[in-house]
Amino acid sequence: MSGALSLIQIKAPKILIRNDIVCKKELNGEMRDMNKESIIGSSRTKSTIETAAGFIFAVCGTIGIVAVVSITLYMILNGLPAIQEVGLTEILFSSVWTPTAADPHYGILYIIFTSIVGTFLAILIGVPIGVLSAVFLSEVAPKPLTKIVRPAVELLAGIPSVIYGLLGIMILNPLMYQIELKIFEGSTTHQFTGGSNLISAVLVLAIMILPTVINISESALRSVPNYLKEASLGLGASKIQTIFKVQIPAAKSGIVTAIVLGVGRAIGEAMAISLVAGSSVNFPLPFNSVRFLTTAIVSEMGYAVDTHRRVLFTIGLVLFVFIMIINLNLNKVLKKGEEE
Amino acid sequence: MNSLTKKKFRLFDFVLYGLIYISAFLSVLLVAGIIGYVFIKGIQTVNFEFLTTVTSALKGTVGIAGNIVNTLYIIVLTLFIATPIGIGAAIYLNEYAKPGKFVRLVEFTTETLAGIPSIIFGLFGWVFFGNTFGLGYSILTGALTLTLMILPLITRNTQEALKTVPASYRSGALGIGATKWYMIRTILLPSAMPGIVTGVILAIGRIVGESAALLFTAGSGYLLPKSFFGKIFESGGTLTIQLYLSMQKGEYKTAFGIACVLLIIVLLINIAAKYMAGKFDVNKEKK
Repeated sequence: MSGALSLIQIKAPKILIRNDIVCKKELNGEMRDMNKESIIGSSRTKSTIETAAGFIFAVCGTIGIVAVVSITLYMILNGLPAIQEVGLTEILFSSVWTPTAADPHYGILYIIFTSIVGTFLAILIGVPIGVLSAVFLSEVAPKPLTKIVRPAVELLAGIPSVIYGLLGIMILNPLMYQIELKIFEGSTTHQFTGGSNLISAVLVLAIMILPTVINISESALRSVPNYLKEASLGLGASKIQTIFKVQIPAAKSGIVTAIVLGVGRAIGEAMAISLVAGSSVNFPLPFNSVRFLTTAIVSEMGYAVDTHRRVLFTIGLVLFVFIMIINLNLNKVLKKGEEE
Repeated sequence: MNSLTKKKFRLFDFVLYGLIYISAFLSVLLVAGIIGYVFIKGIQTVNFEFLTTVTSALKGTVGIAGNIVNTLYIIVLTLFIATPIGIGAAIYLNEYAKPGKFVRLVEFTTETLAGIPSIIFGLFGWVFFGNTFGLGYSILTGALTLTLMILPLITRNTQEALKTVPASYRSGALGIGATKWYMIRTILLPSAMPGIVTGVILAIGRIVGESAALLFTAGSGYLLPKSFFGKIFESGGTLTIQLYLSMQKGEYKTAFGIACVLLIIVLLINIAAKYMAGKFDVNKEKK
């Protein structure tokens, strides 16, 4: 009986709400349960929950924006005071870095050079190896070999950067020292570094960008339409010719993305190279002990005070500007890729 | 003479094949070398005492128990904050938002956030959470900083997972009268769960391996917590931070011991992520 009653009431929702109390009194618990099940009975709470859910999700979506905006703001706010204090040209275009001297100088030109040269060299080594590995994974490898190489690449990406640093100190630096001793034997002008030099840092960086380059190039190569490959092979080109003259050019925008991301990763890496690269500010020559933008912050922030600390924040700002330029370019590359 | 049955020998091809194989196996060699070297150098340091005591000059012990606890604190706290926000953002982008400027802005910022190096996060977390919010060097400062860092990872993985849920599930649920939130809660999220969990596992990997963002935020405390919730507001260095500090001091024995522990954790996380991803594939085949 009560079932039929509620069905009728569905058609007249407003009356239902008013009669609600009466119904509950009359029919006891049974009616109340029916109301819970009815579509109309709880429609108000339901729509409230719906609106709230939508709102909460939108708020979650905006947190990313808030984060990027506040990071940008804070980097600028903390980076500017030192520029005002020391002067933009003195910071950016002077190469004398003596922050703790009695007459301190805060020129970060060599530090900027080092970051640019180091990143460039790491890309120069890492990208060819990475792209060839991607070719291996997507085109050449027999299945059982893929099963060894792919997990290896994944692990390479997962190893914490400090471990790379530790191995750099224990393996690369002594090796570099041996080479250094041989090359600069009898030299009176060279400052011996014990192997903590630009090359060591570049090698560590090159290894660290490998997984990024491999993964992104591989998916780019995989997304090249099959008919291109088939057409090329059908014309009599060999597999290698097809890969290098058809597939890699077709995957160009993806590979450029991989390179840009690799640059971002290399220029932003700090902990792995902070001890490997040495600890003095020098012009980025292969066997010089050098300081990157990132390693300057990591190794000096601990004891820096006043102007020195503020200049380190300026270094952070410079790094941030580099990264933003890279990100914006990445966005352009991605858009171009989509259009194609 | 060239014949169809006989392949022409091309030197160039041969050299390139060689290079491809060498490049690919360089990764394998590197991983094997790194794991082998670290284990040989570090495994004798890792024992029960190393894992369960705290470094103390008084007692003459060298241990990383405090750092292990700190790492766990940071993982749990970061995920506690970041997972709901990340999943929420992904649901918003995939289910609620209509394509337009705002969505593009959200996606651009997510992309940007993923590209910002951890040292910048470290500086920002230090001045923003540490100074402006007055949290100082504490586990909470570190966790909040890492939240921003892993947010893109969780959002993207959830988005990918949501995309693989067939549209028919959605229309089916809505068609029989479910509201949108009910549909998301009971249909979408359970179907996308393996993908979401994979994202969370990858995020744990990121947190465990992170150091630059924590150096100036979570500090370097290595003692065991005195009170459970009080620890959140105290300084606490993770395993990676302790590894860096030992390395700086030239205590390579301890450093390799920690490296060993870290590698084991990373291996386990990789296996777990693989397992979850495999589960995800099975789901795909079922449809």
